[in-house]
Amino acid sequence: MAFPEPKPRGPELPQKRLKTLDCGQGAVRAVRFNVDGNYCLTCGSDKTLKLWNPLRGTLLRTYSGHGYEVLDAAGSFDNSSLCSGGGDKAVVLWDVASGQVVRKFRGHAGKVNTVQFNEEATVILSGESEAKAGGPEVPPLPPKSDLPFLPAPPGSIDSSIRCWDCRSRRPEPVQTLDEARDGVSSVKVSDHEVLAGSVDGRVRRYDLRKGQLFSDYVGSPITCTCFSRDGQCTLVSSLDSTLRLLDKDTGELLGEYTGHKNREYKLDCCLSERDTHVVSCSEDGKVFFWDLVEGALALALPVGPGVVQSLAYHPTEPCLLTAMGGSVQCWREEAYEAEDGPG
Amino acid sequence: MAAQDSDSDEDLVSYGTGLEPLEEGERPKKPIPLQDQTVRDEKGRYKRFHGAFSGGFSAGYFNTVGSKEGWTPSSFVSSRQNRADRSVLGPEDFMDEEDLSEFGIAPKAIVTTDDFASKTKDRIREKARQLAAATAPIPGATLLDDLITPAKLSVGFELLRKMGWKEGQGIGPRVKRRPRRQKPDPGVKVYGCALPPGGSEGSEDEDDDYLPENVTFAPKDVTPVDFTPKDNVHGLAYKGLDPRQALFGTSGEHFNLFGEGPEGASNLLGDIGVNKGRKLGISGQAFGVGALEEEDDDIYATETLSKYDTVLKDEEPGDGLYGWTAPKQYKSQKESEKDLRYVGKILDGFSLASKPLSSKKIYPPPELPRDYRPVHYFRPVVAASSENSHLLQVLSESAGKPMHDPGTHSRHQLNASKRGELLGETPIKGSATSVLEFLSQKDKERIKEMKQATDLKAAQVKARSLAQHASGSRAQPLPADVGHCSWHVALSGGTATTRASSFKPFAKDPEKQKRYEEFLVNMKRGRKDALEQCLDPSMTEWERGRERDEFSRAALLYVSSHSTLSSRFTHAKEEDDSDQVEVPRDQENDVSDKQSAVKMKMFGTLTRDTFEWHPDKLLCKRFNVPDPYPDSTLVGLPRVKRDKYSVFNFLTLQETASLPPAQGSSEKVPQPRAPDKSRKPSRWDTSKQEKKEDSISEFLSLARSKVGPPKQESSPSVKKEEEHVTESLSDQMVNKEVDSQPEGEGSRPSMDLFKAIFASSSDEKSSSSEDEQGDSEDDQAGVREADFKSSQETDLVETSSGAHDSKLPPQDPAPSFPIQKMQIDQREEFGPRLPPVFCPNARQKLETPQKEKHKKNKEKHKTKKEHRRRKEKKKKHRKHKHKGKQKNKKSEKSSSSESTDSSDSQSDDEGTADLSPQELLRRLKRLPLRRQ
Repeated sequence: MAFPEPKPRGPELPQKRLKTLDCGQGAVRAVRFNVDGNYCLTCGSDKTLKLWNPLRGTLLRTYSGHGYEVLDAAGSFDNSSLCSGGGDKAVVLWDVASGQVVRKFRGHAGKVNTVQFNEEATVILSGESEAKAGGPEVPPLPPKSDLPFLPAPPGSIDSSIRCWDCRSRRPEPVQTLDEARDGVSSVKVSDHEVLAGSVDGRVRRYDLRKGQLFSDYVGSPITCTCFSRDGQCTLVSSLDSTLRLLDKDTGELLGEYTGHKNREYKLDCCLSERDTHVVSCSEDGKVFFWDLVEGALALALPVGPGVVQSLAYHPTEPCLLTAMGGSVQCWREEAYEAEDGPG
Repeated sequence: MAAQDSDSDEDLVSYGTGLEPLEEGERPKKPIPLQDQTVRDEKGRYKRFHGAFSGGFSAGYFNTVGSKEGWTPSSFVSSRQNRADRSVLGPEDFMDEEDLSEFGIAPKAIVTTDDFASKTKDRIREKARQLAAATAPIPGATLLDDLITPAKLSVGFELLRKMGWKEGQGIGPRVKRRPRRQKPDPGVKVYGCALPPGGSEGSEDEDDDYLPENVTFAPKDVTPVDFTPKDNVHGLAYKGLDPRQALFGTSGEHFNLFGEGPEGASNLLGDIGVNKGRKLGISGQAFGVGALEEEDDDIYATETLSKYDTVLKDEEPGDGLYGWTAPKQYKSQKESEKDLRYVGKILDGFSLASKPLSSKKIYPPPELPRDYRPVHYFRPVVAASSENSHLLQVLSESAGKPMHDPGTHSRHQLNASKRGELLGETPIKGSATSVLEFLSQKDKERIKEMKQATDLKAAQVKARSLAQHASGSRAQPLPADVGHCSWHVALSGGTATTRASSFKPFAKDPEKQKRYEEFLVNMKRGRKDALEQCLDPSMTEWERGRERDEFSRAALLYVSSHSTLSSRFTHAKEEDDSDQVEVPRDQENDVSDKQSAVKMKMFGTLTRDTFEWHPDKLLCKRFNVPDPYPDSTLVGLPRVKRDKYSVFNFLTLQETASLPPAQGSSEKVPQPRAPDKSRKPSRWDTSKQEKKEDSISEFLSLARSKVGPPKQESSPSVKKEEEHVTESLSDQMVNKEVDSQPEGEGSRPSMDLFKAIFASSSDEKSSSSEDEQGDSEDDQAGVREADFKSSQETDLVETSSGAHDSKLPPQDPAPSFPIQKMQIDQREEFGPRLPPVFCPNARQKLETPQKEKHKKNKEKHKTKKEHRRRKEKKKKHRKHKHKGKQKNKKSEKSSSSESTDSSDSQSDDEGTADLSPQELLRRLKRLPLRRQ
């Protein structure tokens, strides 16, 4: 009965298309997993936010109440509430079960590019894109077009990250982090840190515990930042078609990942579920996987003809969601078999 | 790409709109079959259409009032308990709910009923009512309604009534009634058929003979034109059977049935009294007398000739006697009181205007002369701008006109105060303070120092330069004289010179100030030779000319600016802190260094800025994190107060720490202010910050030197600089480039100056030359000598060619803050442009550069740069070799170009060929003086 100890399998990359969700909400601006990866949120350009079961491909609920397209969303740790931000410059806190708007936070001067709950879902952090100073409103995009993401023209006012309190009924933010000189493209939150990437080419990490602000200069406009799952590194993607892995504490460059195309749009990047690979969207319709340590391209997963706008990686399993145009694709590893059959 | 973004595996083309995805648990809806598509009312009952033509639908049960169970009366309710609230049943109690709805027969919506709206007559309703009254069993029953009118009238009616209007009258000026009934001329025969009875003329018959001369009447009421569209198939203007004619069989004696107001009512009353007994039936001339008619005497109308107009003429407007309220005794009224008649009764609180409104007078356009040709041609007018005011003066002088005649100089030469005086305006009494008092103490000191230095040096330097160039330019004194004349004229034109005496522009030099005041006094007396008198006879000719120039300028300047400014501005009532702004204490700067670091992929310390950041207390609480600064009230980045208009708020200085605090006497670096006492002292150990910065830069230079060969390709900016140098050498820009170099060593002029000079060349070029200049400071003396020589030679080329002179603005002894850095910043950063640097003392810089000062600054600059240079020694070492080569090349090149250029300026060249570099440098410095 001496079975050999099963060799730990190498990390498998999600490359089997399991499901394609036709979201029916215009262009999908962002796709996000919930906290445990069982559900996902899609942000549509038709002002709706939808909650799906991505594995089954079923629509669970539609949240409508935004005045313009929804650009980002996030779920709380207890799956009880959602937050989303959109082109209507508002941050909305939703009740998951009822689908009602709990709070609507107004105060941003520009489109809300990114929203994030803190760990206990007591604070929503939202980053706005560049706010034109008195300029004309950006004409509405056609429903299925991609969202170009360009640095603000000179003359735009600084944009900010706002921390909204979900507990009290205060209409104004708890704190405004207005150090960014240009639009804030990405905000991530750990238990005591706020990581923000800005179009001004800097990654700022606000450490609440230390009371310090670390600003790392990358140079090119930053499209996405994220923490590694071990919390030691930050992954930064920028418009020079480069992803950089920076040491969180020192800001040193640990790795650089190139090969994809990211010149124009705000594309997402992330790390795989066990920090083995770096994953990024690309404007040539692929999703690129690099080995984290070696920096070598592991896989270029073709998704479709358009721009892969957004992606989300399952927190524990090799499962990837990509958004292209108006649909969302769900990818699993090759060996994956649906447990309960399709449906 | 958006159009075909469907799934890649299905290449199907789909048309139309897809159905909405079903919610979970939702069952697809089946289409409703045709037989089930019924019309129902709001209670869900069927509505059966009741006929194609009627369009109605059945009510009740198969068109009965009942239900399926039959008609059931309302159930019996005992009146024993609810006797009190038993109410009279109205028709609504028997109506269906649909009838009370919006489209029912008795809508319950709130509408204003016509009865209570106003007394405006709805003619159709009126007609119907009268008809009903006539046909009613009790005729005239509705007359009561006429008499009892609702109390509420519309506002317009109320107003009109208050103004004397009465019902039935028209609105407008009262008119004099002219006799319109001529007695039929016995000699005139009337042909044709008789006219039909007119509108309302019959009632006037008895008044016909009574036409007082000076009685006016209200105009006839005019019924508005009816614009109802023709929607029937009758002929045009068909009115149908007129019921009053048909029913009552009125005789030719026509009475106004529909006359408004009580008059009409009484008429009607009387008439009906007459026609009593005649109830129904068609009667009239054509129908004869019915059997039921009692009165048969009036069958045939008695025609009177007075009913007809015998002369064809226009209808007169005021033919009615309505509203005739004139008394029996007639006063003769004047024509001027027509207004009163028009107004009628004047409302309370109003009175008639005593004066008639003056009509607007219209002046005819002027008559053009007969030989006028509408073509304009422009005379070559010499515009009296500041440039050619000399010319104007010369012209007027040559014309022999008196110089101080105020008519000679054009109005463009007058300033605001002078114009005000000409217009007889009293000068505004402002606070008598000088503009200089608005300056801060620091700025004043700065200005003082500038002025002192200027006054000390200017004379000698200028003297030398003039002595040098006097031989070359004979015409030099002439412009000065002309300028003096113009100043003189300008000054004597204004009388505000007294105020200028309160300003002491030459306070540093008491002698000079005395002379200046003397000059002002003379000027006030209007003496033409004021300047000549007050000048020191012991001075040289040139010094005098210069002082003349200075005095006149000072006088003019402080006439205009001081008086006008002090009167226009007042002191602020409260002292506010407006000259200070809050700026973040630490700013992310150093983009250039960071960029190069990023290019070298040297992330880490080089690219990282660390700031003290204060999270909000509530945010800490929400994040379950202890507040890192529990005693602090600060939120965000710590801020410090800085001078609002300090250049250093706009500049991002590379190393503030490395700048020595005592930069020089001419400029002061606004250091960050001392921290507030209220704040926590531990947070303000900026020395640590600076140290850190220092270490960063140190690290950077170390890294740069460490990188070695790869650095050459990884930092293309350095290479670019060198390229630019060679490039700039090769082209014609050499003169200017080299010209600016000695300036860059020590004191640097302002940015604007550079922009003006290098307008044609790109910024990079100039900055690269600056960079190179900075590097070349360390070069050997030989190189420098060559450099200077070449620069000097090129300068001479320039001086000889007069055309170049005008392009060169005066070069100032500007402060020696690192322009080089600023230019890089300008290249890197976008946004609003920087304000001009060092505005306050820009004027003071006009005079001359100073040599000693310059040297001092240079030395200081050197010491400042020392440690940086030491750090970069390695790099420099290699670079210097390269640079040295370049320098030599450059000097060769420039000299060669010079030799070609300077062929036309031999005379100047010969004298300067064997001068020492120092002398050349000195001359170079005072070069721009020649412009004056």
